[in-house]
Amino acid sequence: MSELTLLLIRLAFLAVLWFFVIAAVGVIRTDLFGSRTAAAGPRKSAKPTKPAAKPKSKKGEPRQLVVTGGPLQGTTINLTETPITIGRANDATLVVSDDYASSRHARLFPQDGQWIVEDLGSTNGTYLDRSKVTRPTPVPLGVPIRVGKTVIELRK
Amino acid sequence: MSEMAATPVPLPAKRRGAQLLMLALAVGIVMFAYANVGLAMDGKVPAGMLTYGLGLGGFMLAAYLVLAKWAPWADPLILPLVTLVNGIGLVMIYRIEASKAPGASATNQLIMTGVGVVLFAITLIVLRDQRALQRLTYTAGFVGLFLLISPLIPGLGKSVNGSRIWIGFGPATIQPAELAKIALVVFFAGYLVAKRDVLALAGRRLLFIDLPRARDLGPVLITWAVSLGVLVLQKDLGSSLLLFGTFIAMLYIATQRTSWVLIGILLFVGGAFLAGQLFDHVQARFEVWLDPSRQEFFDRELGGSAQLMQGLFAMGAGGILGTGLGEGHPYLIPLSFSDFIFPATGEELGLTGLMALLMVYALIVERGLRTSLAARDPFTKLLAGGLSFLLAWQVFIIVGGVTNLIPLTGLVTPFMSQGGSALLANWILIALLVRTSDAARQPPPQAIQNEGLTQVFQR
Repeated sequence: MSELTLLLIRLAFLAVLWFFVIAAVGVIRTDLFGSRTAAAGPRKSAKPTKPAAKPKSKKGEPRQLVVTGGPLQGTTINLTETPITIGRANDATLVVSDDYASSRHARLFPQDGQWIVEDLGSTNGTYLDRSKVTRPTPVPLGVPIRVGKTVIELRK
Repeated sequence: MSEMAATPVPLPAKRRGAQLLMLALAVGIVMFAYANVGLAMDGKVPAGMLTYGLGLGGFMLAAYLVLAKWAPWADPLILPLVTLVNGIGLVMIYRIEASKAPGASATNQLIMTGVGVVLFAITLIVLRDQRALQRLTYTAGFVGLFLLISPLIPGLGKSVNGSRIWIGFGPATIQPAELAKIALVVFFAGYLVAKRDVLALAGRRLLFIDLPRARDLGPVLITWAVSLGVLVLQKDLGSSLLLFGTFIAMLYIATQRTSWVLIGILLFVGGAFLAGQLFDHVQARFEVWLDPSRQEFFDRELGGSAQLMQGLFAMGAGGILGTGLGEGHPYLIPLSFSDFIFPATGEELGLTGLMALLMVYALIVERGLRTSLAARDPFTKLLAGGLSFLLAWQVFIIVGGVTNLIPLTGLVTPFMSQGGSALLANWILIALLVRTSDAARQPPPQAIQNEGLTQVFQR
C-alpha cells in the first residue's frame, strides 16, 4: 500500500467523519433556525365556512405556545387544532407541578382562528395580563397568561 | 366541522427515514475505518471487517426496530450518534489489539455492545412511561447508594490497580458505580421535583447570593459526604467528581439559583483540598497535574505521569490530521484501550478527528438538553437534563484529564473505552433519554370531537 493511497484514505476518512457531523446538524437545523413552517400549509386551507374571520385571523395567527416564566420556562408547544390543557394532572398537555395550580386549571382552544383561554374552575384563578379570566377570553399574541407560577404566551 | 376531519392536524415529523439514513452512514463510516486499519497495517482489507461491521450494523438495526416500535416519536439523532462513537471505539480497540497491547479485546467489546443493545431494548420495552420512575425516587436512591458502597463489602468487592471499585461474582466482575450514577440521577430528579420550591425560595439574601436555610442544605451535604467517602475509601476520584458535579447541576436546573452552584464548587474545592492534604494518592494526582513533565514524576512507579505524558506525546505526534488509522503507536500508552482511548484516537485521527468526535458527543448532549426543554412535566425535564449533563460531564472529566487540563481521574470515555459495565450503563442511559424524548416530542392527545374534553390517550 503506497504512502499516497494511505494519505488519501486518511483525508477521505476525516472528510467522511465531518460529513456525518454536518449531516447530523442538518437533521436538527429546525432546532437551530426555528421551526420549519410545516404548520402553515394546512392552515391556509382551513375553514372556508367562515370567510368573515379569515383575513384577519390569518395574519396574526399564533403558531407556538411558549412558557416564559416559572419552573417550565423555555418549553414550547406547537399549536395545532387541538385544545391545550394546563394543570397538575398527568394527562394535561402542559403539566405544571406547582402548589398554586389546580389539577385542571385552564384550557386554551382555537375558535374562528383565535385562541381562547378558559379557566376550568381553578382555585387560584388564571390571569390574562393583569385581569382575572372569568369567562372564555380571546388571547392576543404576546400577552402573558399566568397559571400559578407559570407564565405562558402565544407567539407566531 | 367535516372540513376539519378531512384535513387532519399536521403532526410533527417523526423523521424515521433520516434516522435510518444516518444510522447506515454511521455503520458505513465504522466499516470504512476497519478497512483503513487493515490496509494500513497489513496492506489488505481485514477479514474482521465484515464480521465486526455487520455485527455492529445488525445490533443497531435491532435497536432501530425496537425504537421504531416502542418509541416512535423519539429523537432521530441519538441512536446514530451513539452508534458512531461506539463503532469508532470498537475500531480503535481492534486496532490496539492488533498491535499486541495486552488486555485489549475487540471481540469482548462487540459482545458487550450487543448486550448493551439488548439492555437498551429491554429498558425501552419495559419502561413505557418515564414518569413511572418518579414513584421509585427513594428506591432508586437506596439502590444507588448500595451499588456505590457495595465494593467495600468484604467478600464481594475486589481491588484492581489500587482502586476498590469492582464487585465480582466468580470470574465476572462489574463496576457498580456505573449503574449507581443512573440510579442516583433518577433519585435526584425525583427528590428535587418535590423539594425545589423550598430549596429555591426559603432563605435569606446576603451580598448578591441567596443563602439557603441550614436544614435545606442537608441533601447537598449528604451527597457531598458520600462523594468524598467514595473518593477516600475507594480511591475513585472520577466517580466522586462525576456524582457531585451532576448533583450540583441538577440542583441548579431545578432551582435556578446560582448560590447553589457557588456553594457546591466551594464545598468540592474545599473537600478536594483537604483530601489532597490528607491522602497520598490524591496529592500525587495534584503534583502530576501541575508538572507532568518532571523526570521524577515520570519515573514514579505508581501514580506517576508516564501514562499521561505518553498520551500527550501521542496527541502531539498526531498533529492536525493524525498519522492515519493503523499507522500510530497506541500500544506505547498504558491502558490505551480503556481510560486512554482518547489520546490513542487523537494520534491516529489528529485534532480534526478528535474535534469531530467531540462534536458528536456535543450533539448527543444537545439532543438530551433539547428533550429536557421540550418535556412537558418537571420530572422528565430534570431527568433528561440530569442524564445529558452526566454524559457531558463525564466526557469533560476524562478528556480534560488526558489533556492535562484538570487532574487526571480514572473514568471511561462513554461508549469508546473498553469496559463492559460502563458500556451497559451508558446504553441504559441512552434508552432513558430516548424514552423521555419520545414522550416530549409526542404530539398532545388528539380530541375526538372538536369539543375537546374527552381525549384519547396512547397507552
